[in-house]
Amino acid sequence: MNHAPLLSLITFLPVIGMIIVLLLPKGMEKAMKITTLTVTFLQIVIAGVIWSGFNYSLGGINDPNSFQFIEKFRWIELTGVAWLNTIKIDYFIGIDGISAPMLMLTALISFIAALSSWNINKAVKGYHAMYLLLVTGMMGVFVSLDFFLFYIFWEVMLLPMYFLIGIWGGPRKEYAAIKFFIYTLFGSVFMLLVMIGLYLSCQETLAAGQKVFTFNILSMMDPKNYTATGILSPLNPHNLRFIAYIGLFAGFAIKIPMFPFHTWLPDAHVEAPTPISVILAGVLLKMGTYGILRFNYPIFPEITRQVIWWIAAFGMINIIYGALCAMAQKDFKKLIAYSSVSHMGFVLLGMASLNTIGITGAIFQMFNHGTITAMLFLIVGVIYDRAHTRGIYEFGGLATQMPIYTGFVTIAFFGAIGLPGISGFISESFVFLGGFGFEPIRLLTILSTIGILLGAGYMLWTLQRVYLGPLNEKWNQLQDLDGREYAMLIPLTIIVLILGIYPSFMLGLMNTSVNALVDFMAKSPQLFSSIGM
Amino acid sequence: MNQIPFIPIALIILVLPLIGFFFTLLFGKKIKQMYLFETGIITTALGLSIYMAFMKLMYYANEKIVSELTWIDLGSTKAFGKISVDLGMMIDNVTVLMLFVVCLISTLVHLFSIEYMKGDKRYNRYFSYLGIFTFSMLGIVFTHNMLMMYIFWELVGLSSYLLIGFWFEKKSASDASKKAFVVNRVGDFGMLAGILILFANYHTFTFDKVFAQISQGVLPFNSEFWLTAMGILLFCGAIGKSAQFPLHVWLPDAMEGPTPVSALIHAATMVAAGVYLTVRIFPLLTGDALLFIATIGAISSFIPATIALTQNDIKKVLAYSTISQLGYMVMALGVGAYAYGFFHLVTHAFFKAGLFLGSGSVIHAMHHEQDIRQMGGLKKKLPITYTTFLIFSLAISGIPLTSGFLSKDGILASAYAFGNLTGYKIFAISGFLVALMTAFYMFRLLILTFHGEPRNEEKYHHAHESPALMTMPLVLLAILSIFAFYTINPLSAQTGWVLKDWLKTPASVVPEHARYSFMVQKHDEKPEAAVKHEEAVAEKPAAESEHTIIHSEEYTEALHHAHYPAMFLSLAVAGLGILFAFIMYFWRKINADKLADSVKPLYKFSLNKWYFDEFYDFAFVNGTLLLSRFLAWFDSTIVDGIVNGSAVVTRQLSKLSGLFDTYVVDGLVNLSATLSGLLGIFTRKFQTGKVQTYIIMVVFSLVALLFILMNYGI
Repeated sequence: MNHAPLLSLITFLPVIGMIIVLLLPKGMEKAMKITTLTVTFLQIVIAGVIWSGFNYSLGGINDPNSFQFIEKFRWIELTGVAWLNTIKIDYFIGIDGISAPMLMLTALISFIAALSSWNINKAVKGYHAMYLLLVTGMMGVFVSLDFFLFYIFWEVMLLPMYFLIGIWGGPRKEYAAIKFFIYTLFGSVFMLLVMIGLYLSCQETLAAGQKVFTFNILSMMDPKNYTATGILSPLNPHNLRFIAYIGLFAGFAIKIPMFPFHTWLPDAHVEAPTPISVILAGVLLKMGTYGILRFNYPIFPEITRQVIWWIAAFGMINIIYGALCAMAQKDFKKLIAYSSVSHMGFVLLGMASLNTIGITGAIFQMFNHGTITAMLFLIVGVIYDRAHTRGIYEFGGLATQMPIYTGFVTIAFFGAIGLPGISGFISESFVFLGGFGFEPIRLLTILSTIGILLGAGYMLWTLQRVYLGPLNEKWNQLQDLDGREYAMLIPLTIIVLILGIYPSFMLGLMNTSVNALVDFMAKSPQLFSSIGM
Repeated sequence: MNQIPFIPIALIILVLPLIGFFFTLLFGKKIKQMYLFETGIITTALGLSIYMAFMKLMYYANEKIVSELTWIDLGSTKAFGKISVDLGMMIDNVTVLMLFVVCLISTLVHLFSIEYMKGDKRYNRYFSYLGIFTFSMLGIVFTHNMLMMYIFWELVGLSSYLLIGFWFEKKSASDASKKAFVVNRVGDFGMLAGILILFANYHTFTFDKVFAQISQGVLPFNSEFWLTAMGILLFCGAIGKSAQFPLHVWLPDAMEGPTPVSALIHAATMVAAGVYLTVRIFPLLTGDALLFIATIGAISSFIPATIALTQNDIKKVLAYSTISQLGYMVMALGVGAYAYGFFHLVTHAFFKAGLFLGSGSVIHAMHHEQDIRQMGGLKKKLPITYTTFLIFSLAISGIPLTSGFLSKDGILASAYAFGNLTGYKIFAISGFLVALMTAFYMFRLLILTFHGEPRNEEKYHHAHESPALMTMPLVLLAILSIFAFYTINPLSAQTGWVLKDWLKTPASVVPEHARYSFMVQKHDEKPEAAVKHEEAVAEKPAAESEHTIIHSEEYTEALHHAHYPAMFLSLAVAGLGILFAFIMYFWRKINADKLADSVKPLYKFSLNKWYFDEFYDFAFVNGTLLLSRFLAWFDSTIVDGIVNGSAVVTRQLSKLSGLFDTYVVDGLVNLSATLSGLLGIFTRKFQTGKVQTYIIMVVFSLVALLFILMNYGI
């Protein structure tokens, strides 16, 4: 390793922050908040350093040599364990063009949500300790290249989230927290089983020539590494790869959340405090789609081919169903939650296209949904803080009372509608172009475009009900944005506008990897299925 | 090739309004004079555009200037090759004419608004919105590809949304802006599908590259059907934006916006963007697609004309008239009269903007009264407004010496010729009927507003002619509505420079048998032209003249024959319409109310706009809302019900297993404990502590043992 361990630093820095927060005496609440802010800000700085050192020409995906900022060393090693001989687990992290945008997004959203956490005054110490642990979990998920490590981070993130919703949430927080926790845990069980199955099917050759089972996901992408009898080995004619695929997919689908596993999301969002909603929508949901791209696609390419129509179909259902459900909501936050369901459908549809433009659209949509939906939740938070209600019909005419705020609202809403000039447009149109270019899902893509119509419908209707029309006199005391709120909304606004006008900033980062993935997905299914013959 | 830096100038013109928007929006609150900055910027853009249009049309009329750059480069893959998205500008005669129209009307509307909007609390905001509108519209004008068209298409949609809903405190205004955006999205939905087909088959968005591939026989999904479908789907965008049937319902509502906005966006420029789009994609439209377009155009010109007959809101009449005139343009393109369609766009832009600004002047004078039943006799109070309004009304009615006559007559003649050639006479019939109705409702409007006795004395009393800043644009537009700017012969546009030198129908690129029979290339020219075309695309776009002549001699002949009959007929119907209007509203020989009573169902049908809104509300809006409510119920009751249900089931199961555990598993444990307890109680009986008992038991046991051994033992 001839570079600074930047990825470890960005991942574990929040743990250090957490220790500081825990050590601070009870009265120093401001210091705790500042610690969180500092840590998350430093993460942005590190992310910037990573970006500047990122080599755009390296693809990653299945090639360990073209991953970047790799750190790899033996973490656990047990020799002479019964029939397994040696158990070894690596601490193996690194990024490519698919994880890099997610890393940037996590750093950005963590900081914004930390700013938004400023006015949480209940049990501050616990909150910030949990928050920082959560950030570590999220970062870890995006940088892990070892399944075991990934799984640990995945579970690590679950616990603080449970408490953050369950303690700092709204009236039905316990219900929402339990639902979130159990639902995700339910998915992780499958993931755990698949992980063990893959582990017992895939071997790595050590320097000494000894073959050991491995959790290395890059090894799992090469059919040559599988044993002849492994339960998930393509060489085994009676393998269970299809079932394993579905199980793993379900684990990720719950997180996206994909219809019909999405009902935890509206509850979690409605009950979660604003910064946690921002994190949830901004980062957490992406773990599902990221997981599918990182695990399901390259480890099971031949099965991905088989089920591709279904992935697109669920994407379409998410888009239309989410939009229609959003239209009927009376709670502002619930509406945004359902719009998330709809917008994550675009990611599914895009990744089902298996071509450059569609997958680029999908990953870019993950980033854009992160920023735009974060803005939307902050926007809801702004009026909730002031009015202590989120009922859409209780407002009206806020544009008169809070004009600058409404300006930001307009940008975010039109971003969600997919207006050109705002980043969401690029990703949505890429998803459509990609999807339409792939014959099996052409019809589904056309059906999905109804989503842009419905999106305009419910977003503008909400804009009208809350912000336009005569001012509801009940709210004539509301103040326009304060400095902290500017600090949250302005960076996001600038980012969505810049990426809307010149998307290549972000697309360049992911481009080589997307092409590598596309090429891999084009040639590997044959490899995986022919070897078994 | 040319000395004039057209592209840099075009870029400056494009960016100027954006700068205006940005600064006016940011500093408008602090600096009260920002509107002057914005107006200055637009005027500068107008100056540049006049220069550019002049140079282009005078010296480079046969050239097309294209410039493009790569916007997004997605690299290449083995499976799909290289993918990139280009942006680019194209400057031809259509571009510069449109550019001039947009910049001129935008500038005039800025000037007009300085007075009209005075005292509004969001004065500068209004001007910044005009800036972003102008920017978006110019983007459409300059684009050389379908993607950029779509991008700016949506952006004009946004500006239109912002401007219609400018007085958003009024519910009707915010309703109208929402409706405009959503209805437009319906059209965009089709347009997007067209773009998807386009990109999936040609891997480019650029018009010229697509045309080149089609002319080489590359058809979407290898079928002419899809070529037709692609054309129609792209045209769907125009149906939305140009408010064509069946998506015309948003435009009358859009009159909720400030009147100068109606002049700029909803009369002259944005709504014409649909026509402009059709002009741009014209070469790839097959005969079937064109027939579809012509039909939509004819319906869209007819229905609104019947509605305009009975409306009482001055702006509503003009709005329906706009849809009707846009229908004319679309129909013209559909019957193959490319040049007349675009020509009518230009002339209509001037006189219709004039009519709207004129109505703005009236509304301003009447303190925001829009009902023509409250007006009357304003001629004396508003002489300049009246005179210009009269000129515009003559133009729209198609009376000679006006620009409207030239373009409208051309359209009617083309429809007439088209009918003779193909047998579809319905377009000409509808066209003449619409001309009759147009003349009637325009003069009804004029007479009710300006002539006769004032019907509302109080409002009349306060009315006064508008200030110079408002009348000057009217005068200028009235001057532009005179024939002399387009031709020296007031009866024939054909000989004028606009049609003879500037507007040339581009060659169709679709396979010959899929075109209209009269749209053929001359056969001896064909191979050469095709080769040239290829070269042109490979290197640089060729001069337009090399691929323009497309009408057969038969068509030229038919058009020639149609010229006089069509002209007389159109004059006759226009005169008749005006005459009827005078009989009914000026001389009052026929009582309009009585007439309305005698055809009450028809009158109601027209007054209520054919019940389109009611039908759409019932069928689509309520349908969608109902579906969405049902799905929300489904989601929270069924889908989430299953989740919660499985939680309940799990809990009940756990309760059951708890019970099982308590009573069965633990019961067994306790049972065995109880049994051993009972056994203990039993055996305790023997533990008396007395030695004699023990001795007896020992002896008894020994006896028993011996007995067993002796019987069963060895």
